[in-house]
Amino acid sequence: MEFYAGYYDVIVIGAGHAGCEAALAAARLNCKTAVFSISLEGIAMLACNPSIGGTSKGHLVREVDALGGQIGINTDKTFIQIRMLNTGKGPAVHSLRAQADKRKYHVSMKLTLENQENLDVKQGEVKAIKVLGKRVDGVLLTTGEYYKCRAVVVATGVYLKSRVIIGEFSSNSGPSGLFPANYLSRCLADLGFRLRRFKTGTPARVNRRSIDFTKMKEQPGDEIIIPFSFMNDSIVREQVPCWLTYTNSRTHEIIRQNLHRSPLYSGVIEGVGARYCPSIEDKVVKFKDKESHQVFIEPEGLDTLEMYAQGLSTSMPVDVQIAMYRTVPGLENVEIMRPAYAIEYDCIDPTQLKLSLESKDIEGMFFAGQINGSSGYEEAAAQGLIAGINAVQYIKDKPPLILDRSQAYIGVLIDDLVTKGTNEPYRMMTSRAEYRLLLRQDNADLRLTEAGRKVGLVDDKRYDRYMKKKELVEKELERIKEIIISPTDRILEFLERKGTSLIKSGITLYDLLKRPEIGYDDIEELGFDNKELGRQEREQVEIQIKYEGYIKKQIRQAEQFKKMENKIIPEDIEYDDISGLRIEARQKLKEIKPRSIGQASRISGVSPADISVLMVYIEKMRRSKIFEKRE
Amino acid sequence: MLMEDTIAAISTPIGVGGIGIVRMSGNRALEIAGNMFRTKNNKKLEYFKNRYFNYGKIVDSEGNTVDEVLMVIMRAPNSYTKEDIAEIHCHGGIIPLRKILKIAIQHGARLAEPGEFTKRAFLNGRIDLAQAEGVMDLICAKTESAAKTSLLQMEGALSSKIREMRENLIDIMARIEVTIDYPEEDIEEVDKEQYAERFTFLIEEIDRLLSTAEQGKLIRQGIKVVIVGKPNVGKSSLLNALLRENRAIVTDIPGTTRDVIEESLDIKGVLVRILDTAGIRRATDIIEDIGIKRSKQSIQEADLILWVMDASRPYDDDDLEIAEDIKDKKKIVVLNKMDNPMVIDLQAINDHIGNAPVIKTSVKLGKGISDVEDCIHDMVMGGKVLAQDEVLITNLRHQEALIRAREHIEEALSALEKDIPLDLVSIDVREACDAMGTITGETVTEDLLDKIFSEFCLGK
Repeated sequence: MEFYAGYYDVIVIGAGHAGCEAALAAARLNCKTAVFSISLEGIAMLACNPSIGGTSKGHLVREVDALGGQIGINTDKTFIQIRMLNTGKGPAVHSLRAQADKRKYHVSMKLTLENQENLDVKQGEVKAIKVLGKRVDGVLLTTGEYYKCRAVVVATGVYLKSRVIIGEFSSNSGPSGLFPANYLSRCLADLGFRLRRFKTGTPARVNRRSIDFTKMKEQPGDEIIIPFSFMNDSIVREQVPCWLTYTNSRTHEIIRQNLHRSPLYSGVIEGVGARYCPSIEDKVVKFKDKESHQVFIEPEGLDTLEMYAQGLSTSMPVDVQIAMYRTVPGLENVEIMRPAYAIEYDCIDPTQLKLSLESKDIEGMFFAGQINGSSGYEEAAAQGLIAGINAVQYIKDKPPLILDRSQAYIGVLIDDLVTKGTNEPYRMMTSRAEYRLLLRQDNADLRLTEAGRKVGLVDDKRYDRYMKKKELVEKELERIKEIIISPTDRILEFLERKGTSLIKSGITLYDLLKRPEIGYDDIEELGFDNKELGRQEREQVEIQIKYEGYIKKQIRQAEQFKKMENKIIPEDIEYDDISGLRIEARQKLKEIKPRSIGQASRISGVSPADISVLMVYIEKMRRSKIFEKRE
Repeated sequence: MLMEDTIAAISTPIGVGGIGIVRMSGNRALEIAGNMFRTKNNKKLEYFKNRYFNYGKIVDSEGNTVDEVLMVIMRAPNSYTKEDIAEIHCHGGIIPLRKILKIAIQHGARLAEPGEFTKRAFLNGRIDLAQAEGVMDLICAKTESAAKTSLLQMEGALSSKIREMRENLIDIMARIEVTIDYPEEDIEEVDKEQYAERFTFLIEEIDRLLSTAEQGKLIRQGIKVVIVGKPNVGKSSLLNALLRENRAIVTDIPGTTRDVIEESLDIKGVLVRILDTAGIRRATDIIEDIGIKRSKQSIQEADLILWVMDASRPYDDDDLEIAEDIKDKKKIVVLNKMDNPMVIDLQAINDHIGNAPVIKTSVKLGKGISDVEDCIHDMVMGGKVLAQDEVLITNLRHQEALIRAREHIEEALSALEKDIPLDLVSIDVREACDAMGTITGETVTEDLLDKIFSEFCLGK
């Protein structure tokens, strides 16, 4: 029995990592918002590994944080271990990764949603999204409630018609035994969305008591904790270790003997899996020569003995799982609590979306997260935030927030998805970013907080911190250019001790800091540092000095790039009227509807010659419009 | 990349005219012009007046004078493209023009696409709507010819070499990137020395290729026509007759020997290099043998053969040998000395050479020379002879890409030596890949990810 149940400005479908950010953003931007989840136990569930961040994903977390999102703050509240990865490499690729307490992460995010003004958290399954004309009208639940709304953010994750597969067994189920969403796929297809079937998988959870850690290598967290959120300078917390062990030839033998029982190889699984997230059977088959593979045993939380076996993702039958897990040193007597499984789900072709994450065909309908063909909590959160912001911008009739590839990993992520599409679950990687040295995790606030402030999501507290940091860094860079270091005995002794070449005449402190052997903290003993500067500012000053040359080089590249991005293609362009375009290019352009010449140039099948034709045509269009106006 | 860089091109028709012009347009045009131009009193380019001729010389990277020229600069927006323009008026002829263009490219200009100056003029609001239609046609025409050119590139040994080097770079990059994106996988880190070795190897490869391109330049100066025949059939007379009727182009091509005489001329707009060879017959002494060997060498390199025969003498074994030597070549048969009674057996010739055109001449009486010219022209324009022009442009692009790639590999190498982290070194490797990819239109990211996932075992 269908009935009118109320009105919201924004309705978010799904309360995973995308849905949470979308709902919080919309509510914080003063829109009356509701978020629906099939089960409230599924809110912000870390359904796969209990970790947040990692290379490039850590960047995404920082970016979401800089824009006023929640994932960084929630991770800081609930992590039980944190590490900065890649510290041996350049600053652009330093990446934070935290082990989160799975249950606390969920509880903390759920409470944040519950406390949020303007936001209603509701359990319920959305059956259909109603569209009037070309505009969203509301959502209908399976239980009959009809909520009218202005905008919808679809963030259904892996729940659409999801099917869990364990060996020969399969069942229509969401992750971790939660209900799947069986109705919405049909509605999306009817609305014209092209659905695809993707697949992902997760390893078994094992009981801590059954593990012999003496056979494994301990992996502790960092001694000095660097938090995710720019709002936290330092956190002091007891951390728990992860453990490293390896598969061996016996493990691989068991897998090979049972390959015929793997649904991946027997054809039971139809969905497309990701190359970067292979199951252990995939690894053994594809890399025959590799004698062992790493297995990380990671705690799922402090209130549980469940441990996550990273590296042993599989869709083998349970008996094979047990046998093969028990060949791994330290897991000889392991008790599996939850078996590993593969999961298939429906998602849409993201090239049907605009860069704002709004549907190209239906006004007010936004998509975020795994439904767009991505994978990962961080990728989902990033899209959720942008979709939430842009749903509000749409309602307020303001231009969408679009970050470009030279501004943020978020920009790279969304541009890749909507411009190129994806044939497998899409994961962020630093090698996807062309302007990596500009998109560092340490400067995400300097890059993005202003944009977050402009849309209204950055509060005074965050904005003040950002302004203060920016000002301190700028002033400090000026200051140290003025300070001249002379070759006194004390200085020479210092230089010698640091293993750097001596100086004959005076040089600026700025030039001294350019030397790889000398860091900002080193000049403290000389009394040349500025005590006002905190950790974040010191880091910033040091990086900006040390890598000045490369940073400038990338800024030049980014400027070139921007010029093409700023050449906007009129929305009313008729590609069929442009005679010089090749047929393939015309079809692609009609389908993707690029926003700018820059975006058009990244579509596969559009050549530089096509771009030239397009540019000349647009200029012609522009001039004839001016001409019409004059008449 | 499309509008913001500085473009350069030879703006006058090739092979015609006493002067030629190399033109550059873009925000670095004046800087690049300044870097390659020297005046007598070392006057800096920035003090030049707009649209005034300035006398000076163009110097190459070693500081050697390439040509004496007149430089004209037109500052934005008062120029055809509304961008900064530098025009270098140099001596006509392909060699100085190409050298100057190459130097401009070495200094950072990019070779202009056909019609690109006009395209910029339009996009910058210089020319009107009606003219724009012409621009569109030009670009569209370019698309088709580009397809043809790219086919040539695909087949070219040089471009397959470039592809190979690019794959090498992608492999290096994959190895660097994988350790960045997967810091916790047990992937063996390649030590820096190995990367340095591979960079050095690539730089050497590029240098080697660039130097062959330099040698190859001589071949690429026009259609190479080789006159062959037995001694005393009128080969040199034919060459002289062709030279009399057509303006010879003075060249500075070295290696002209007494055995192979070479002249360049412009036959109805087609640039032709004619080589007159020593007569071919069974050698009677060593010196003649050397001459004959050189003649045969010239035949190998020829795009088109003019086989001159004395129509008043019978077809003999020496002719048979020549027919054998040139059997795989495009050719025109010239039956000379038609002022005498015709003895030669035309049927025998046809049997040996297939359906090559046969022109009857009497060089002595000046008859049939223009028929020879028409025939050369038609064969070139009709596509029977490979138009070297296309290869010329293509190869210049290869060269440009290689020069760019080399710069970036150099930077990567020097970054390695300075102990700069690998993820920064990788920035230049990506740029080098991009430069090489401009020829084949390949994008780095996808190739890189394919490489990473096919080579390394990764993931949870």
